[in-house]
Amino acid sequence: MTVYIIRRVLQLIPVLLGVSILVFSLMHLTPGNPAQLMAGESAPPDTIEQIEESLGLNDPLPVQYWDYISGVVQGDLGTSMRYNTPVADEVWPKFVVTLELSIYSTILSIFMGLLAGIISAVRQYSISDITIMIVALFGLSMPNFWLGLMLIQWFAVNLGWFPPTGWEGPGSIVLPVISLGTAGAAIIARMTRSSMLDVISQDYIRTARAKGVKRRVIIYKHALKNALIPVVTVAGLQFGALLAGAVLTESVFAINGMGRLLVDSIIQRDFPVVQACILIIAVVFVLVNLVVDISYKFLNKRIDLND
Amino acid sequence: MSQKQELLKINNLKQYFPIKGGVLGRTVNHVKAVDDISFNIYEGETVSLVGESGCGKSTTGRAILRLDDPTDGTVEFDGQDLLSMSKKEMRDMRKDLQIIFQDPYASLNPRMTVRQTLNEAMEIQKVVPQDERNDKIAELMETVGLQPHQVDRFPHEFSGGQRQRIGIARALSVNPKLIVCDEAVSALDVSIQAQVLNLLKKFQNEMNLTYLFIAHDLGVVRHISDRIIVMYLGKIVEMGDTKSIFENPQHPYTKALLSAIPVPDPEKKTDRIFLQGDVPSPMDPPKGCRFHTRCPFATEKCAEETPELRNEDYMEGGHVAACHYMKDIEAGVHQPTKDTTTVRG
Amino acid sequence: MSQETILEVNDLRTSFFVEGNEVKAVDGVTFDVPKGKTLGIVGESGSGKSISALSILQLIDSPGEIVGGEINFKGDNLLKYNDNQMRKIRGNQISMIFQEPMTSLNPVYTVGQQLREALKIHRGLGKEAGTEKAVELLELVGIPSPRSRVTQYPFELSGGMRQRVMIAMALACDPELLVADEPTTALDVTIQAQILELLKELQDEFNMSIIMITHDLGVVAETCDYVAVMYCGKVVEYADVHTLFKNPRHPYTVGLLNSLPRSDMDQEELEPIRGTVPAPHEMPVGCRFAPRCPFATDLCHEKLPELEDVGDEEQVRCWIYTDEWDGDPEVKVYEPEARTAKD
Repeated sequence: MTVYIIRRVLQLIPVLLGVSILVFSLMHLTPGNPAQLMAGESAPPDTIEQIEESLGLNDPLPVQYWDYISGVVQGDLGTSMRYNTPVADEVWPKFVVTLELSIYSTILSIFMGLLAGIISAVRQYSISDITIMIVALFGLSMPNFWLGLMLIQWFAVNLGWFPPTGWEGPGSIVLPVISLGTAGAAIIARMTRSSMLDVISQDYIRTARAKGVKRRVIIYKHALKNALIPVVTVAGLQFGALLAGAVLTESVFAINGMGRLLVDSIIQRDFPVVQACILIIAVVFVLVNLVVDISYKFLNKRIDLND
Repeated sequence: MSQKQELLKINNLKQYFPIKGGVLGRTVNHVKAVDDISFNIYEGETVSLVGESGCGKSTTGRAILRLDDPTDGTVEFDGQDLLSMSKKEMRDMRKDLQIIFQDPYASLNPRMTVRQTLNEAMEIQKVVPQDERNDKIAELMETVGLQPHQVDRFPHEFSGGQRQRIGIARALSVNPKLIVCDEAVSALDVSIQAQVLNLLKKFQNEMNLTYLFIAHDLGVVRHISDRIIVMYLGKIVEMGDTKSIFENPQHPYTKALLSAIPVPDPEKKTDRIFLQGDVPSPMDPPKGCRFHTRCPFATEKCAEETPELRNEDYMEGGHVAACHYMKDIEAGVHQPTKDTTTVRG
Repeated sequence: MSQETILEVNDLRTSFFVEGNEVKAVDGVTFDVPKGKTLGIVGESGSGKSISALSILQLIDSPGEIVGGEINFKGDNLLKYNDNQMRKIRGNQISMIFQEPMTSLNPVYTVGQQLREALKIHRGLGKEAGTEKAVELLELVGIPSPRSRVTQYPFELSGGMRQRVMIAMALACDPELLVADEPTTALDVTIQAQILELLKELQDEFNMSIIMITHDLGVVAETCDYVAVMYCGKVVEYADVHTLFKNPRHPYTVGLLNSLPRSDMDQEELEPIRGTVPAPHEMPVGCRFAPRCPFATDLCHEKLPELEDVGDEEQVRCWIYTDEWDGDPEVKVYEPEARTAKD
């Protein structure tokens, strides 16, 4: 097991390097000159050259990359062009907000999704199964910003139960989390249902019944652990998708998170910030996949250590 | 035997499957599914390959038809080396070499009617002119005992036994010389199995067909075969005509295998040889005689020296076996080194 | 019946309801299991033998349902039991082993965890006591180095070993009746011999009754004391094993024996049963076997015969053995000379 984890972590290195190269090239592939942008439309060519010089934009690309990556490793993500402050200071607090939003939403997705999926599978074709599947279909089809707007309309404006915007205090997180987590819950519910139905028809479930095991124990112990294997993959992918979805949700609820920062920075052509945001999202995505692979290994001992 | 024509001649056939491993996916080991076997099949006879899972019998059948490309050795069919043929030459050759699989359902295209299936087989091999094909199809349907009106039905509309008949009809449609029957009757209920076996025997007599039968049911094997080849872990351990193998088995594995078959007669009591443990992994087969880890008669010599197939003067016909001690065991000189025999009853 | 019986199945009916149609998989099955003996239930695919076995423990899944009959276990009708009572029987007094050892064990739990489960449910054994007993059981079923096996997962074991684990699991609570549904069909013949021998030894040791579901007449001859032959959801013949093989009465039983290629004798020609098993929705109104039977008369095609006593412990469902028989009164259903002449 330890060997497996070490091997997986080592495999991350080339992946992360690749990600960093991609993120780095973003700046050079996009049209427009950052120096020009910083200096303003009417700046004289001298000033632009000076800025280019100070940013190292005239060095050969490998040198620029080396400067960039050695900075990143030391926590230096560059300087925001807009605010002229270190990007790390700009991004970090907002990243924490977005991470919180994503984690709470994922927890909601997994909890609701599993529960609904299990109920649906165990009572296949019953009223509750049909209801859950219809609700899940809606959850899946609704764009999360629209759901967010509806939630604000009903629960904040009409009923006044929760604040309509912001990310302060427990009450304020409810609506954004529901808005962001619903689609994931729906996907996990559908996945859990089909996976459970598949497992329930397996021979070893019959064996458990023949032993006199209680129905509840059969479902939660014998079936669920097997059914979780595909669900874990989906949940992991879902977390990545949430980070992206957060951009819209944060805009709708006026949350000062990384999503909003990213959008604003793109519009302002604040490349160092854009780079940093994308790099962080990519790293989180890769790390979540690592966690998924490791939990896979815990669930299913058959996965070969070499794979 | 001597005036009979050799149809298939297999020499030193080896089929190793690589096992990939490590970070770079290098080949770290091989499954030696078939490890240096040689045998001949004469025209018009039925030879059976028997043995338990992992002995290499199905792999041998596939290698002969080049469904997998063998690692080493030669397969001569009608005097031509199949393994050195190009893909195109081999395709033409398939007309003479047909195979019937265990699961008739999986080997029939579900979207094609029986007529389309048979038509396609004849089309590919160009054995029957287009305008005669419908007559030929009708003839085939009758031969294998299917109703003429069923010809435009799809595979799912037939029972397992009927599907196996379609598989046979397809194999016969191109007038082959050799048919490899890979567990062709194993999935069928006995009453249906008997129908199919009788059918296969009838065609053999009428068309001078040659069969290579791959089966684990030794009742079926005794009924259908002229000669039998017993395999264990990729090697031939014994080979001979059906009567000699069943009535005078020489290799301790053959003896154990035959004694293990449950006999459908409660009055019969026979000595049963119980083998200890399971078949070892073909990835890492035992040195020396591959059976020595489970053999009741094994000695140190068996663990070191690989026995060759040979004939002793009391063994009739082409009967050969690969055991260091078969003569001594036969004479009662060499006694079991482990206690494994129990009397049944 | 003179002997003490442990299980009496009367007129058991199990049907599957698919798209509004009822498929009678088990259609009025009756048999007894004498205490300490083995009853074989033999038949081909679709005969209802496995469904009968599953019905005994009420392990029939929707859309299947037991629609009638009695299953009397030591005098109590199990079909009257509620779910809770039934659970106390399963894996405790009546155990079951299945055909596919490769898929019948849960892949994500160790052998030890799966063995301990029944011990905990029915005997209240904790982890340590359970593990000790598990090791003991694995030793009993002939698994080498049992102590290291309890921590292994099913995929680390061969098919034969897994079936031994299944048997160990079934024996955990000293059942009085073991239902074995094709326990050796998926195994190689030398492994089959080991497993059948093991079952026989365990039966002698624990005076256990066994129901052996199989399609293999060799396995029947070797392991069973009594045999029920099933065809299309009904028992067509019941007899002790010696009588059944020496003097089979039902034309279907005879057909099965004549179709069987034998490894212990030379045969020139097999005599198959003609035709095929009727589809569930095309079940004949008369004797289910009539369309394939060489002796069938109008009576057979029109009216279903009952399972009648034809001896002390023998029953057959065939018009030939009744007063109403309208065919050749001298009819010979079985001619053993034809079979053994070439022996």
